[in-house]
Amino acid sequence: METMNWISNVVRPKIRSFLKRDTPQNLWIKCPESGQLVFAKDVEANLNVIPGSDYHMRLAAVPRLKSMFDDGVYEEIALPEVPLDPLKFRDEKRYVDRLRDAKTKTQLVDAVKIAFGKVEGVKLTIGVQDFDFMGGSLGMAAGEAIIKGMETAVAKKTPFVLFASSGGARMQEGMFSLMQMPRTTVAVRRLREAKLPYIVVLANPTTGGVTASYAMLGDIHIAEPGALIGFAGPRVIEQTIREKLPEGFQRAEFLKEHGMVDMVVHRREMKATIARLCRILAHSPARAA
Amino acid sequence: MRSYLDFEKSVAEIDAKADELSAILATGGSPALADEIGRIEARAKAALKDLYASLTPWQKAMVARHPMRPHFKDYITGLVEDFSPLAGDRAFGEDEAIVAGIGRFRGVSVAVIGQEKGSDTESRIRHNFGMAMPEGYRKAVRIMEMADRFNLPVISIVDTAGAYPGIGAEERGQAEAIARSTEACLGLGVPNIAVIIGEGGSGGAVAIASTNTVLMLEHSIYTVASPEASASILWHDSSKAQEAATTMKITAQDLLKFGIIDGIIQEPVGGAHRDNAAAIASVGDAVEKSLQSLSGLTPGELRDKRAEKFLGIGRKL
Repeated sequence: METMNWISNVVRPKIRSFLKRDTPQNLWIKCPESGQLVFAKDVEANLNVIPGSDYHMRLAAVPRLKSMFDDGVYEEIALPEVPLDPLKFRDEKRYVDRLRDAKTKTQLVDAVKIAFGKVEGVKLTIGVQDFDFMGGSLGMAAGEAIIKGMETAVAKKTPFVLFASSGGARMQEGMFSLMQMPRTTVAVRRLREAKLPYIVVLANPTTGGVTASYAMLGDIHIAEPGALIGFAGPRVIEQTIREKLPEGFQRAEFLKEHGMVDMVVHRREMKATIARLCRILAHSPARAA
Repeated sequence: MRSYLDFEKSVAEIDAKADELSAILATGGSPALADEIGRIEARAKAALKDLYASLTPWQKAMVARHPMRPHFKDYITGLVEDFSPLAGDRAFGEDEAIVAGIGRFRGVSVAVIGQEKGSDTESRIRHNFGMAMPEGYRKAVRIMEMADRFNLPVISIVDTAGAYPGIGAEERGQAEAIARSTEACLGLGVPNIAVIIGEGGSGGAVAIASTNTVLMLEHSIYTVASPEASASILWHDSSKAQEAATTMKITAQDLLKFGIIDGIIQEPVGGAHRDNAAAIASVGDAVEKSLQSLSGLTPGELRDKRAEKFLGIGRKL
């Protein structure tokens, strides 16, 4: 061992730095669909869509908001605080620890962010559900944020656009999580009473209590290409019926075919599409070219 | 032949003793033996009462799913006169997992919606074990809208493990159907009351339980996911269901404390399945009382009260 020391002291750092130099993290991204390797920077510059295969990767809340609002400028809406950990929950880990980790990892307070600003000149309130925060799960904080977003739209008399992405209920909050279904639906009804457009964009994946409440109650449903959208997750269905699911089942295109979404829109067209729809619904003239 | 749940062993033994002595008495025994039987029966009753006063959440789940527990159709038979089931969603089909119709409850015209699990192999299959398809929820919406037009209060009888997760259900928009049904509940200008009589399983229950008043039977459960599903999602081990049942807080007692439900309906000693008639009568009384407390409110007031109730959940803990 003694003799090994001078070797590792002298040689190892060199090897380490050599390895480091050649493989910095996230330089390359492998397309989950085609398997091709692409430059991470190219993917990032393309709104997290893989150039070539057009595979839509997840887009975090902040870049999503920046991609929508004119010049990337928006006002973030303050969200109400909610009681943390009402069940004093722990599974393999304490829920409060999971929450803290998710906050550190994503730099978010919880899964939903609400912002106000202009999209091609149209005033909009936008909500984004970030899948990276505990699977975008719907707990008290996310539910309260969705409600706040819809209330903000009513107060500011703007349409409400929601980018949904979630595995469903925040299990660690038990029945408080389930109660976000009727609670958010109350807010959807208020948006409707105010006759303000509600546009839902379903991103990959959106399932469970989120699709079974506010995410399926929009005036217009847009899905991102390839997004998994459904009530039950594919694994649960396979376990129930004990057979393999058909190719493309529960994907955006499948949902359109079955009449559940109005259109499947590429991320690069999202901003223009939403602005156009809002203008028509508001009886505004088309945007000057 | 009585049936016992696993945790009722102590009571079963006392009952067996009483049965044994009764058999001897039947073939001629002393009057002292009859007294002894009386004492043993009283002991059995006391043991049952003690046992049911401190059921664990997992034990409650077992009681909530007991096959002899009164089901939707038993409540209809016991409480609703002239019940007229109405079939179909007018779009795709008739789903018997949800039964809906109109009738008279203690003299008042009402609409009733609920899941029926079935009570033997044939009826369980016909009712798909109480797990509804989208057309079941769309039928519920149709009946709620009709109830609104004709000023009929809506009574929901909730008893489901959850909405059905299958290919057809997904193709026909299970999520959308549940969301619309929840929305229909919240939009009603007539009073609506939900009673969870066994299992209130997740979105499949919420869809018909987003009501002015939500009541639970004493040993029923209301869950975001069944204890088994919670165990496999959170602990990656479905054998942890008992632990999940406790941690997830699924009992009527916990949910009343949290302000998630509005009241608990007492069950007969030893659970609803030991005295169906008494359980059904208690549910009838509780529903009648709830309806009375909502009478005289305008459609707008009913909607606002309902909306505020749900918005208030979890805001003050």
